[in-house]
Amino acid sequence: MPGYSDPGFDTLALHAGAAPDPTTGARAVPIHLSTSFVFESSDQAAALFNLERAGHVYSRISNPTNAVLEQRVSALEGGIGAITTASGQAALHLTIATLMGAGSHIVASTALYGGSQNLLHYTLRRFGIETSFVKPGDIDGWRAAVRPNTKLFFGETVGNPGLDVLDIATVSAVAHEAGVPLLVDSTLTTPWLLKPLEHGADLVYHSATKFLSGHGTVIAGIVVDGGSFDWAASHAASGKFAELAEPYEGFHNMVFTDESTVGAFLLRARREGLRDFGACLSPHSAWLVLQGIETLSLRMARHMDNTAKVVEYLASHPFVSRVGHPLLESHPSHALAQKLLPRGAGSVFSFDLKGSREQGKAFVDALQVFSHLANVGDCRSLVIHPASTTHFRMSDDALALGGITQGTIRLSIGLEDPADLLEDLKRALRAAEKAGV
Amino acid sequence: MELSVNGSKTFCYTGGKVFDPAKPTAIFIHGVLNDHSVWILQTRYLAHHGWNVLAVDLPGHGQSGGDPPASVEAASEFVLALMDAAGLTKAALIGHSFGSLIALETAARAPDRVSHLVLVGTAFPLKVAPALMEASQNNPEKAIAMVNTFSHSTLAPPPSSMGPGTWVYGSHKALMRRMLARNPRVNIFHAGFKACDAYAGGDAAMTKVTAPTLFVLGQSDQMAPVKAAQSLIRAAAHGKVVVVPGGHNMMAESPDAVLMAMKDFLGP
Repeated sequence: MPGYSDPGFDTLALHAGAAPDPTTGARAVPIHLSTSFVFESSDQAAALFNLERAGHVYSRISNPTNAVLEQRVSALEGGIGAITTASGQAALHLTIATLMGAGSHIVASTALYGGSQNLLHYTLRRFGIETSFVKPGDIDGWRAAVRPNTKLFFGETVGNPGLDVLDIATVSAVAHEAGVPLLVDSTLTTPWLLKPLEHGADLVYHSATKFLSGHGTVIAGIVVDGGSFDWAASHAASGKFAELAEPYEGFHNMVFTDESTVGAFLLRARREGLRDFGACLSPHSAWLVLQGIETLSLRMARHMDNTAKVVEYLASHPFVSRVGHPLLESHPSHALAQKLLPRGAGSVFSFDLKGSREQGKAFVDALQVFSHLANVGDCRSLVIHPASTTHFRMSDDALALGGITQGTIRLSIGLEDPADLLEDLKRALRAAEKAGV
Repeated sequence: MELSVNGSKTFCYTGGKVFDPAKPTAIFIHGVLNDHSVWILQTRYLAHHGWNVLAVDLPGHGQSGGDPPASVEAASEFVLALMDAAGLTKAALIGHSFGSLIALETAARAPDRVSHLVLVGTAFPLKVAPALMEASQNNPEKAIAMVNTFSHSTLAPPPSSMGPGTWVYGSHKALMRRMLARNPRVNIFHAGFKACDAYAGGDAAMTKVTAPTLFVLGQSDQMAPVKAAQSLIRAAAHGKVVVVPGGHNMMAESPDAVLMAMKDFLGP
């Protein structure tokens, strides 16, 4: 596409990575449901296996439909390339497992999705990778948590569950002082709201299950490399990242940082991580995510409009004690959100009812438009009551530590007519009040 | 592998093979604000198909020390010194853009030391637009964006330098930023552009070349359009021209076409 400026977001969302199919003329991206791809010759086969040439061999490692998605999200994020994975969790695991092994350490935000918290706090510990958790806004805390074996900083653009906005520029500067990259989970914001790589993050991943696909139909993940972190320089200074900067016996003694000055992470993640752990994405799922991304900007704008209306309504309702959205001046991240997220801080947030666990349940049961389920980022509005579902085993004290009360309700605002959403909430709030009488 | 050239550490990527004096050698010379890694999908293959590959990081670039060459002529002296350091009496020279002028000048200065000459994305004269020249000095990020836009022709490149899923626009930009960051002493961007812009000896050099010459030109190259290579093509005594799909960054946008053109030309 010759021109004098880089294409804009909406053009990339529709065209990055995809041209009409040269064989059939198909304009939409074809779904290449093929495990394997025929070699042109024995010489080409050997060259593909040895990374002398680039191409598709086997769909666990790469696939033409997935490659379109990888290029597209890279383009939207301002990255150099990406790897699609079976889920967002698989993207997080692939990233960590590519960068470190037993004896390593991560500094992570306390404000994380529960699945990420489980992986870091319990599962990776079993494999010898320790994590220190610090409050996302505690910059001295990030710095103080660094150990000689620290390999990664990790946070969410807007942290779970309180929507603490990560000060990416400041936290990445601390990470870079320590000679390690910053990985950011950008699931709830998407590149339409925030491009973490532009602010200093080095790696970004998404649960594409949520807003990227946008329709609640698919489990998918993707990790994007910004190409900004100098693995070789960090290795020379500290010995870290030998995985990327020293010969790897598992792949022809390749030195990934020599092979690709900026893309060493992606080379190893695909050639080792997808090859050996195998958490690849189905091309059919990749296609569903692509379909979603084509309308990402339209959907996100509507998500933000509807969210603003719902937040305003709830904030003025007498039976609501707190609304946890950075749109409100009372939110601790309000100022940072205004700066980093001028289009909005996402459509997933929680609020507190002035009531008991039973009243929370009554609220959820009375909703008719909102669907009660364990997901976010659907085009349909969603609700969950943590105290009776995801966190039901926890005591009141333990809930309080996580910022959750008996009456905390989490919403994911969808694309319905806003008047219908407000009407639904109004009815359910009335039901909850009555349940307390 | 690392060599000492003119007293400075010089990095050469060898394509995953150990240098073997019994094999013919191809030296790859990158363009302005690039490094050896732009050749990843040509060098590794040739290194596994009968050739020694020395994809150099020019002085002051990437993993090499020293000061960036101030002129195409100075850079060609560096290439001859590199050949001496590697113990090479003769080599194929393959250059891209600025690197193509360096290869050309080297082949003119020492015709008996060059077995083949491959000029990728070449043009003569290689004048740099004043706005771009100025931006490379005072606003390198803007100049990187301009070069990047001019260097690419498609939003749907095939599997590329990091395999499938590579976003060529972004990876090229990241490489240029990295090259600037790696050398805080000198603005190698501006130095490279000045050397290109000042080079006046292209047509004369071409007439002195005795080695068979291959021109690999990008059909949609806006930095070095096909027509801008015509005077060199006319001056070449033993020239062959291959036009491949893609823009100036054709090694990444059309990796197989560029590789096959080289392979056919270099022979077994």
